[in-house]
Amino acid sequence: MALSDDTADGERQRKLPFSAFLKGAWQVLWTVLITMIGLLAVTFIIGRVMPIDPVLSVVGESASQATYDAAYKELGLDKPLITQFLLFLGNVLQGNFGESLLTARPVSQDLIRVFPATLELATVGIIIGIVLGVPLGVVAAVKQNSWIDHIARVIALIGYSMPVFWIGLIGLLVLYGQLGWVSGPGRLDIFYVDIVPTVTGMILVDSLLARDMDVFWNAVSHIILPAGLLAYYSLAYISRMTRSFMLEQLEQEYITTARVKGLSERAVIWRHAFGNVKVPLITVIALSYAGLLEGSVLTETIFSWPGIGSYITTGLLSADMNAVLGGTVVVGLVFVCLNIFSDLLYKFFDPRAK
Amino acid sequence: MSDPAPDTAAAADPAADKRSNRGGGPASSTSPPSAMAKQSWRDWLNDDAPKSRRQAKLAAWYRAWGELRANPMAMFGFYILVALVLIAWTAPLIAPHDPFDQDLAARLRPPGSAGYLLGSDSLGRDILSRLIYGSRITLYIVALVALLAPVVGLFVGTAAGYLGGWLDVVLMRITDIFLAFPRLILALAFVSALGAGIENAVLAIVLTAWPPYARIARAETLTIRNADYIHAIKLQGASALRIITRHIWPLCISSLVIRVTLDMAGIILTAAGLGFLGLGAQPPSPEWGAMISAGRKFILDHWWVATMPGLAIFTVSLAFNLLGDGLRDVLDPKKNSK
Repeated sequence: MALSDDTADGERQRKLPFSAFLKGAWQVLWTVLITMIGLLAVTFIIGRVMPIDPVLSVVGESASQATYDAAYKELGLDKPLITQFLLFLGNVLQGNFGESLLTARPVSQDLIRVFPATLELATVGIIIGIVLGVPLGVVAAVKQNSWIDHIARVIALIGYSMPVFWIGLIGLLVLYGQLGWVSGPGRLDIFYVDIVPTVTGMILVDSLLARDMDVFWNAVSHIILPAGLLAYYSLAYISRMTRSFMLEQLEQEYITTARVKGLSERAVIWRHAFGNVKVPLITVIALSYAGLLEGSVLTETIFSWPGIGSYITTGLLSADMNAVLGGTVVVGLVFVCLNIFSDLLYKFFDPRAK
Repeated sequence: MSDPAPDTAAAADPAADKRSNRGGGPASSTSPPSAMAKQSWRDWLNDDAPKSRRQAKLAAWYRAWGELRANPMAMFGFYILVALVLIAWTAPLIAPHDPFDQDLAARLRPPGSAGYLLGSDSLGRDILSRLIYGSRITLYIVALVALLAPVVGLFVGTAAGYLGGWLDVVLMRITDIFLAFPRLILALAFVSALGAGIENAVLAIVLTAWPPYARIARAETLTIRNADYIHAIKLQGASALRIITRHIWPLCISSLVIRVTLDMAGIILTAAGLGFLGLGAQPPSPEWGAMISAGRKFILDHWWVATMPGLAIFTVSLAFNLLGDGLRDVLDPKKNSK
């Protein structure tokens, strides 16, 4: 996502910091607004192309013509498209995505219920990905063309080439089916369900809050495989990006200077070179976090993880358009927010971007 | 200008000459000194002072090919893909069984059983034969997406970049909106709206894949549009359409080609993902993703049904990644300036 940046702004910024800040904030807000409206417009259009008659799905097949017409009017389908879109926009702003056919509840309620599960999965995934991926990338850059660099390259290459749903199945087969090291699909074993009170909706957090370690460890044994899988994909990306950022820094002259000064190798690498890598790295991490939210669609399907990905795919298969569109909008919005957040972070921390 | 890779060029066999010639695209229809022997063919391509534009172009392709040949990983990927094309082409000849032929007596045979090299699935169909026929579907999807998405991006990007003004703002804003969507989810929503099937899956992937190409094409256009030769043809009275199609498009191609090759693996994985979710190719079609989905039910007892198609997907997307990396190293213009 590019927020428009013109060099003339930089000139003014030095003279009039506050008004320039306002202008920058206005620009960001404007971009966010336009992008979100566009996002909703695309979703709206997708909803309109759907070959399923939305009226029939409300009133049922055997409704009389009068009921049908009433529902047709009530859904606003007799109005021009632009009015319909504005209605849709208004509803979404109020958090109203209509009712899900499958659960017979408002889609917004369903989304609040399923979103924490996805958030938990993606967050655990990204944490593992960062903890392993960043050091791997740094070491690969420092020891360029050594065996560890080659291993890092192969790991990333395999990560880019492997279908996530397939490796998930293989993981289940080997680690759960054959070795029994992890628990199977789902978030908890059946006899642990509903023991801890729901606070955040993330079982790992909730069980810790309730100090119920049995539930916690059971949840860990369930999440470790899908989260590890997502972690692998973010690791592939994060380690590659870390490596190339680090290589760029290590070529610079100030690194040579630092070495000549007699600084320890550790200080040169971690304080000097890595210090300059942090900012772009945060951007990369934000993007790959957004990618994990998306990647969870297929992963959740494999592991019967009751998150937003499973919600969208079950909605798809049962032609539950409200559920699909609601899920798409929410994931899209989170995606946009993460993108903009990483953009802002970059602008804020990197003096060159000003 | 000296030959950058004299040893690889010297090691190149005559077949390589032919292939590099084919890589020349539209220029390959020319007739260089055809009466001469193969040796002078190579001399002609390595000539320090090319006498025509075609010769220079072919020589550049030849050199790129020489560099690519020096990269064993990229060549490994290249050979896998050549093999894939051959397999898809000769599928009826090499497949041991009919891919749709059910034999319930021989269901779920493990790999290595007589007549079923990679085993059989739950309906007694030979997995190897289905993989062989499935390669046709994979290639079909990849080829369609690789043809359509960059073309859409090229149209949008060059129009935005060359014409500028409000058109640029509007087109790029639309591009940003599509970029802001998570790709797989957008593709899912599209397929669900259009209905499941290979063509719709392709359409959905194209609709989600074009924005990066538009970005690239626009960036290229912006660097080209103020070049002196563009001003010169403009003064000669060339229309915007002519300038874009004849003078800007050809220069955008090579960066688009690199990007497409790098994206291929992602396209294959997305297509397989859609197939796996039941939104792509429909049964009994031997699409690899759908095959994994079908084998999912038996994964704990009959591992091979889901494993084999996954290996096939992995191999092909790995090949595309390897070739793409190699191509980027060879064709990346930034590399030469360093």
